[in-house]
Amino acid sequence: MRDMARISESSGIWPVALNGVVYEAGGKRLIDDVSLTLGPGPLTCVMGPNGAGKSLLLRLIAGLIRPGGGSVRYGGAAEAAPHRIAFVFQRPVLLRRSVRANLNHALKTYGVARAERRGRIAGLLALGQLEALAERPARVLSGGEQQRLSMVRALAARPALLLLDEPTTSLDPQATAAIETLVRKVAGEGVKVVLVTHDRDQARRMADEIVFLHHGRIAERAAATRFFDQPQSPEAQAYLAGRLLL
Amino acid sequence: MQDFWAAFGEAVALIAALDADLVEIIALSLRVTLSAVAVACLIGLPLGAVLAVGRFPGRIAATVLVNALMGLPPVVVGLGVYLVLSAAGPLGVLQLLYTPGAMIIAQVILVTPIIAALTRQVVEDLHGEYDELLRSMGTSRSGTVATLLWDARYSLLTAALAGLGRALAEVGAVLIVGGNINHVTRTMTTAIALETSRGELALALGLGFILIALSVIVSAALMGLRTSAARMAYA
Repeated sequence: MRDMARISESSGIWPVALNGVVYEAGGKRLIDDVSLTLGPGPLTCVMGPNGAGKSLLLRLIAGLIRPGGGSVRYGGAAEAAPHRIAFVFQRPVLLRRSVRANLNHALKTYGVARAERRGRIAGLLALGQLEALAERPARVLSGGEQQRLSMVRALAARPALLLLDEPTTSLDPQATAAIETLVRKVAGEGVKVVLVTHDRDQARRMADEIVFLHHGRIAERAAATRFFDQPQSPEAQAYLAGRLLL
Repeated sequence: MQDFWAAFGEAVALIAALDADLVEIIALSLRVTLSAVAVACLIGLPLGAVLAVGRFPGRIAATVLVNALMGLPPVVVGLGVYLVLSAAGPLGVLQLLYTPGAMIIAQVILVTPIIAALTRQVVEDLHGEYDELLRSMGTSRSGTVATLLWDARYSLLTAALAGLGRALAEVGAVLIVGGNINHVTRTMTTAIALETSRGELALALGLGFILIALSVIVSAALMGLRTSAARMAYA
């Protein structure tokens, strides 16, 4: 984990800058002129009602989809350095292999030498509290265990930026707590975390800053305490007051 | 009806006695068929995966072609291979005509499109599930193909099984390029055709039983493997 902080500082992807980003699908503008700069440091939560474009924004940052307009730059470059950005999906996508084999596949993909992999896998299993499940097929794990595996697999890359797309949706409180503990630990080691969530309580617990999306636009960006205590935008005020945002 | 039962009894006796001719024909059939399916897998699996994952001009046309080739008439393939391998053909110098090698080539041509087309479908479905994950990990195109083929391995057994079925049952092409020469290129299917035409129903029936039994055994084994893999959540 100490290595992770070093890599985060020297990764060369900062700042991640979205400039006037537009994304359209089916003739509808889903991300509308979003400009956002991310640097190392605070844990950023992306919030907003359903359909606000939270997951799309995360995919645009990761480079999984290309914007129809505007640009996404990583330290001024059009492409992020390989394996500097890791992504954890809402529904864990696990290979049809054992827990250990999933981690081995990730490390192999990231170019880690075979001799080094055994020790790295042991460390990742310990980080995710998955040691006892190492030889189990990944797809028979519980939802919480699967998401912990997804998390540590993403961390196998020793990323500078970790993107989490509602990783605790449909998890029970205990599994959610385990994921949040892991996220805090990773963030504490210097990895920049961007967490998409629609869970206000989770955002209160986790976030240093909030990016609030509505209709594909950034309605507000503020420090978490300020956002929750004194939201500035009418959209955020309505959302936090529990009113329906149309 | 009496002839049938008499032939049936003789067939059972031949099998029970492990008749030398019968064993030789079965061994050659398995050698040709398994070799052809192995080579077809080596070509068809990566070809199908590339068609599923690749994005290149002509991909759709190539997919249509591979699908169309699944229905290749064996006698046409046999004729084509015959022309290529005959003394006057471009590969006549290899002197493969009327050898098991020629039969394997013909069967590879017949079986490869089946394996490639089924592989493309299986891998395409799995790619839909893995695509974002593998791209988020920065997986190379070749790494993606390798990952998909490995993770789809139990489903791809079905593709190999379909190819095996085609090869085991094939008679037209191997008859043309093999010549059905006794102790050299006589397989179960060509022997059945020959013995039936000669009225020697016992050997034909015996080979027929074994052919069906082989298909059932292979199919059952693969089904068992797939079922246990699914139970273990690897499929």
